[in-house]
Amino acid sequence: MKPAPFDYFAPTSVDEVRDLLAQYGDDAKILAGGQSLVPVMALRLAQPSVVIDINHVHELDYIRADAHGLAIGAITRHRAVERSTLVREKAPLLSAGVEWIGHPQIRNRATVGGSLAHADPAAELPALAAALEATFTVTHASGTKRTLKADDFFVSYLTTALAADDLLSDIYFPALPAGAGWSFVEVARRHGDFALVGVAAIVGLDGAGNCSDVRVALFGVAPTAVRSPRAEQALLGQQPGEQAIAAAAAEVAGDIEPPADVHASSAYRIYVATNLVRRALTEAAQRAQ
Amino acid sequence: MASKKQMIELTVNGVHREGLAEPRRTLADFLRDDLGLTGTHLGCEHGVCGACTVLVNGEAVRSCLMFAVQANEQEVTTIEGLAAGGKLHPVQAAFWECHGMQCGFCTPGFVMSVYAFLKENPDPREEEIRPALSGNLCRCTGYQNIVDAVRLASEKMQAAASEPVLVTEQAV
Repeated sequence: MKPAPFDYFAPTSVDEVRDLLAQYGDDAKILAGGQSLVPVMALRLAQPSVVIDINHVHELDYIRADAHGLAIGAITRHRAVERSTLVREKAPLLSAGVEWIGHPQIRNRATVGGSLAHADPAAELPALAAALEATFTVTHASGTKRTLKADDFFVSYLTTALAADDLLSDIYFPALPAGAGWSFVEVARRHGDFALVGVAAIVGLDGAGNCSDVRVALFGVAPTAVRSPRAEQALLGQQPGEQAIAAAAAEVAGDIEPPADVHASSAYRIYVATNLVRRALTEAAQRAQ
Repeated sequence: MASKKQMIELTVNGVHREGLAEPRRTLADFLRDDLGLTGTHLGCEHGVCGACTVLVNGEAVRSCLMFAVQANEQEVTTIEGLAAGGKLHPVQAAFWECHGMQCGFCTPGFVMSVYAFLKENPDPREEEIRPALSGNLCRCTGYQNIVDAVRLASEKMQAAASEPVLVTEQAV
């Protein structure tokens, strides 16, 4: 349970991180909050020869609002997001979802960028990013930046579009349209555990009270966080009544083939997902104006 | 292959401490093996059990998931830092009185988590206490008494905070 030896660097700027990535690339791992990386190093599932600790890169520690949403720096800790009145006001779904991540001791260290770059399919943040249609700014060692959507960023189980010499630097969460309702629900074996299944949902209504914006993001049911296009399409244009929501929730089964593991069978996950989507859409519709 | 040791200087329980350690040395191992502060316990060593919880700059963290080099120039509080003048801290006293432990191995981690929690939320409801304890495992499953201890600690600390300060006039 002791990590293998490594060389340690603690850069203080993105430019220094870029230089280190250019030099060490494949051999290096970026250390952010360390709540996922350090366990896998302790278990020797990862043995990077170089660790680039970005905790002193203060330029990546921010929560900023503009007219359209929130920009969050990669090294911003979950606890800062949880406590932020700005996030509560501009992105209440994000506030609510972050409280489900791990435990207080984990959230005090864990970072938004680290969690997204780790891309655990049963983690909350990737699903929140998918529901809110977040965009990811990636800084390459060469200094070029590119912007990716959640769909393009998450590739598979614990795999993202990040190359070995890339740094995830900023995540932009667009604000919800005015009046849109939201919900975050999760079933885990214990509070703070990774989810068996979780759902982030958004419902927007038009003037006639019909659903004009429906987003259903699920986690714990696929190699990445996923949206359910069938459920979303089924409710779009409908009044969000009990039957319409139940019908939409039933569509989720057609979009997912959840893995079976020691905690739950695939069929059970579909059963839980269907129920959670129903609950989430109901709550989101109630919150919508 | 061992990587080069680095000098680590930090404040632990208000005292300046330093030591040489490889970057892979966790803060937990550094506290225990290099500084001799064995009150911090190690259960799982991969961030699950919470036995190694300490405060870094006032925030509860798992010291097995931080490298000692990352605590360089930071302020760390361990279980050894809570009792003052030979008197148990109210959180410790409450664990004692409620018997918020069975074998006691997890207790330092619980006490540090509860200490940080009550600082932020001095008068918690039970629905808030349970999630606040979720990051610490008690394998004896003595949770009921631990929840009771948190409630008692909260009462003790609030009573202490509202006690009138005695003003003694100096005799002329």
